[in-house]
Amino acid sequence: MDAVAPLAMFVPLAGAAVLAGLTGIVHRVVADLYVLVVTIATTVLCAVLLRRTTDHRVLHWFGGWRPAHGNAIGVALTVDTIGAATALLIGVLALAAFIFSWRHLESGSRHFHVLMLLFEGGMIGFALTGDLFLLFVCFELMSVAAYALTGLKMTDAGSMQGAINFAVVNSAGSFALLLGIGLVYARTGSLNFALIGQTLAGHPADGTVAVALVLLVTGLLTKAAIVPFHFWLADAHAVAPTPACVLFSGIMVELGLYGTARIYWTMFSGALVPRQHAFGLVLLGLGAATIVVGGMMCFLQHNLKRLLAFSTISHAGVILVGLGLMNHDALAGAAVYVVGHGLIKGALFVMAGIVLHRTGALDELSLRGRGRAKRMWPSSALFIVSGLALAGAPPFALGLGKSMIDDAGAGYWWLPWLLAFSGVVTGGAVLRASGRIFGGWGSDEGIRYPADTYAELHEEHETDAAHERTPLVLIFPAFALLALSLVVGLWHGLADHVEIAAARFVDRPAYAAAVLTGHDHLISVSTKAPAVSATFIGIAEAAAAIALALVSLACQPVTARWRSKRVDAYAPMAVLRDLHSGRAPDYVAWFTLGLAVFGGLTYVAVH
Amino acid sequence: MIDHLPYVLAAWLLLVGLYGVATSRHFVHLVVSLSIAQASTYVLLLEVGYVQGGSAPIFKDVPSATRVVDPVVQALVLTDLVISVAVSGLLLAFIVQSHKRTNTTDPTAPQPLAG
Repeated sequence: MDAVAPLAMFVPLAGAAVLAGLTGIVHRVVADLYVLVVTIATTVLCAVLLRRTTDHRVLHWFGGWRPAHGNAIGVALTVDTIGAATALLIGVLALAAFIFSWRHLESGSRHFHVLMLLFEGGMIGFALTGDLFLLFVCFELMSVAAYALTGLKMTDAGSMQGAINFAVVNSAGSFALLLGIGLVYARTGSLNFALIGQTLAGHPADGTVAVALVLLVTGLLTKAAIVPFHFWLADAHAVAPTPACVLFSGIMVELGLYGTARIYWTMFSGALVPRQHAFGLVLLGLGAATIVVGGMMCFLQHNLKRLLAFSTISHAGVILVGLGLMNHDALAGAAVYVVGHGLIKGALFVMAGIVLHRTGALDELSLRGRGRAKRMWPSSALFIVSGLALAGAPPFALGLGKSMIDDAGAGYWWLPWLLAFSGVVTGGAVLRASGRIFGGWGSDEGIRYPADTYAELHEEHETDAAHERTPLVLIFPAFALLALSLVVGLWHGLADHVEIAAARFVDRPAYAAAVLTGHDHLISVSTKAPAVSATFIGIAEAAAAIALALVSLACQPVTARWRSKRVDAYAPMAVLRDLHSGRAPDYVAWFTLGLAVFGGLTYVAVH
Repeated sequence: MIDHLPYVLAAWLLLVGLYGVATSRHFVHLVVSLSIAQASTYVLLLEVGYVQGGSAPIFKDVPSATRVVDPVVQALVLTDLVISVAVSGLLLAFIVQSHKRTNTTDPTAPQPLAG
């Protein structure tokens, strides 16, 4: 019995429980060191786990309840390479977030560390589970911890709004998830992924299976902030403590997509074989809508954290497109993309936190030139490099993942354009903000929505006052995350490893055999060399992002006049911004509409 | 038809609850509506595990062949109830704090984060 997998999940959870008992007794420095030790231990466990999954799936049956006669009653962790790599990414980002929090949260909330450890444990469990019950428990564990983290600044109305919207919309999503789990259990009598997959395989999907699929995926896509379930994300990210945002954007959102891929390929792929392509088209449609809405909203924002939040939505759309292509090549691309995006977005949130630390503000317009005046050269360099990497510039991991998805979706001519849109617009928005804050370019006038100026009024709580120097522990996590992203992107032969891992991920019969009989059969696949043109596409996208940023800065007086008069060219964008009203009831109405539309389309596609 | 009644009830509870949230004008009403939507999961799960003539799944002092309802879904419902309490409590705490700052409990009032 291999104890590494359960330990990776329980070390942070137990660490949180112990710390909760010590809160108020121990000094802040002791708590920081304790959390650092727990997080490093967790990350090492995840790395060991990843190493062990290279030649077999790691199984752990809680309480020794192994399957007998093909029936699995026990609760299992079923870890393959992609699951373990996801857990490792959670560990790395959590480590960066904790190091960053040392100096960032100077007033220091007593609950922050406990909640972060609970959040980390829940996410790791979610990545490792092979059982629907445990999946649900971990989903809720990470959700509730995340709601509480978002609402940590209880004296701030904006924080309360963000936390309420987050909790309400994600609760609706979790109801859908649980209803889906109930229907799957009703149909198959099991909660084990492998056994469910085996029971459903070979029969065409009937009504119950289709409804269960829709409900499960809706719950997970709500977590993944896919349009129209995405509204909560920007409100939550704008107000959550910056270290929590590193985990929210870097991996929590992506876990929704990971869960979607996991339940589809282990449970439903056998039943949907003839209809797989049609269901994939539904996911492609949702992904495309998410890319466009997220990208446009991102470019229209002036609050740095909210801008990054909408960029995450756009990139989640790209990952969903990778899943919707329904083949292991695209899935491999999506997996690399998740790593690349998680590292870059983590670094960008750290950078936003540094800007906040130094200036006490997050509003791009009011910050114009402040970065230059404060001589934040290292920060500005890191910001610009991150913006280029977000646009897909080689050799960062994000660009590699994007080119792998492009290759896998060669049948769709519009696919590279869609993916390029996401990179150029979100990367362009980050570069525009860098140009304005660190270069003093553009003007400081523009139409202001309440969300744009929010940070100016309230963010002072997070860092006590504006500071004159950037402490090393603040900038180190950003630098380390960017460097890691570079290492992953330059890793020779990484694409081959990931393609093999993805081929195993989608191999339902082998997964079922490994879980139910213990005989792991690992296939080997032939991989192909990535196209050389990918590098040029990446460079072109980065150049386009720079051009977009410069044009946007240069033409601002013109667009500002358009906006003030609300001329036709700007009207659709004004409508889009007005739709993001910040009101929980509206968001739930969108959720219900999305559930109906997604359900209808899936029913037509599958039935 | 009567066999499907619990499923219809679950769907109805979900829709009524979501309708309540979407049209809510008071945050406490919103949280209660959310709880009603959550009740749909209890109804569905209990129906899934129901066995005609089954007793509670407790095997103390009874023959082990006794017909019982499915304990797995009951464990799920129990978990769900705990989560419901945690989320409702958290939401109500947020609402009290929000009311202190903004002097309103109307979720459709203009929000600090809009656009």
